[in-house]
Amino acid sequence: MHEMSLAEGIRGIVEQAATEGGFARVKSIVLEIGALSSVEVEALRFCFDAVMRDTVADGATMEVVDVPGAGWCMPCGETVPIAALYDPCPKCGSYQVQATAGTEMRVRELEVE
Amino acid sequence: MCTVCGCGSGEVTIGGARPAVRPAPGATVAWRPAAGGGHHAHHEHDPAHGHGPAGASAPGHVHAGEDHLHFGQGPARAHAPGLSQGQMVRIEQDILGKNDSLAGANRTWLAERGILALNLVSSPGSGKTTLLCRTIRELAGRTPVAVIEGDQQTEFDAERIRETGARALQINTGKGCHLDAHMVGQALPRLELAENSLLLIENVGNLVCPAAFDLGEAHKVVILSVTEGEDKPLKYPDMFAAADLMLLNKVDLLPHLTFDAERAIDFARRVNPRLEVIRTSATTGEGFDAWLGWIGRGLGRVSASRVETVDALKRRIAELESRLAANAP
Repeated sequence: MHEMSLAEGIRGIVEQAATEGGFARVKSIVLEIGALSSVEVEALRFCFDAVMRDTVADGATMEVVDVPGAGWCMPCGETVPIAALYDPCPKCGSYQVQATAGTEMRVRELEVE
Repeated sequence: MCTVCGCGSGEVTIGGARPAVRPAPGATVAWRPAAGGGHHAHHEHDPAHGHGPAGASAPGHVHAGEDHLHFGQGPARAHAPGLSQGQMVRIEQDILGKNDSLAGANRTWLAERGILALNLVSSPGSGKTTLLCRTIRELAGRTPVAVIEGDQQTEFDAERIRETGARALQINTGKGCHLDAHMVGQALPRLELAENSLLLIENVGNLVCPAAFDLGEAHKVVILSVTEGEDKPLKYPDMFAAADLMLLNKVDLLPHLTFDAERAIDFARRVNPRLEVIRTSATTGEGFDAWLGWIGRGLGRVSASRVETVDALKRRIAELESRLAANAP
């Protein structure tokens, strides 16, 4: 999907951090990607190397921390795990489940030198 | 260019003109080898160790060298205890944070003027432009309407909108597959929008990418036409999850089709239980009373909150003036 734009977003965050933090090289970038977020990790990985070229993060590895999805089930009145936006509640089978976690796409941290 | 979706930058035009350069988050810091000595002296790589394959499922980065611990050793790829914190920089920033902050600026700009902005998203061919033309004609004389049209190429849609008498600005995204907040932010001042008016943003026909990009709109409105598959909400869930309203369009064609409207709506609400649904036909006008009523309530909310904002500002000014007067010698 729009993974090139997302990779450019990551580059912007990393360059800003490099300017503020005064480090010369980023060896790895740790991302938090939620199971319910709108990013395809393999497509992002494909764009990542190209976008980071000639930057402070040239050659950096991209590491992904998976964040599980969760939603609020209205009939049960509690938070339940879900793997996709259209998943039913694993307890009662209702589709009245509103996603509450696992939608994030974040840069968590950088390994720098 | 992204080979997955054709997403890219460099060919964007806004109203036929090249856009301003995107705000750069900072100068690129060129790579340079770390200087020897200092805290890097300990950081010599043991030739025996290797980086594991980088991958979401692979632990990777397991290092055994003396005095050389990296994160990624545990099952959760958490940091190893004893790691030098100087080497790790916590960032904790949303990847789309830049877009979201520009969208926030657009939202403030619109709120200050009492403008209701709707981001209309759908597949190509769902009838968005025809629906917009009828909407503009029905609102003529009641509510000023302006339109931002997003397409990869051509100004065809903006020309169709202009035939209705409304002001329209075409954004061509070039190779891009979605509008973003920066493009819309540049379009806003060019449109000379009336206060307390309606801004309709017709996004690039694409049920995938526009879901993730906030433009500063009040609501995303997803349009699904009955000539498409009724399982589309499950096949493209992100968009139906991001929308507040679904227009089930071209319902005048239902007698000629096997499309099960109830099933489509049920699928959409599996993805988004809060989704409102209106059945519309831009040909017969069916559902337009409900659709225009929904817009009218949105306009009412925007102008009500604007009044509150102006009042709040006036109260604040009065408060500051009284404090100044109290402190005056």
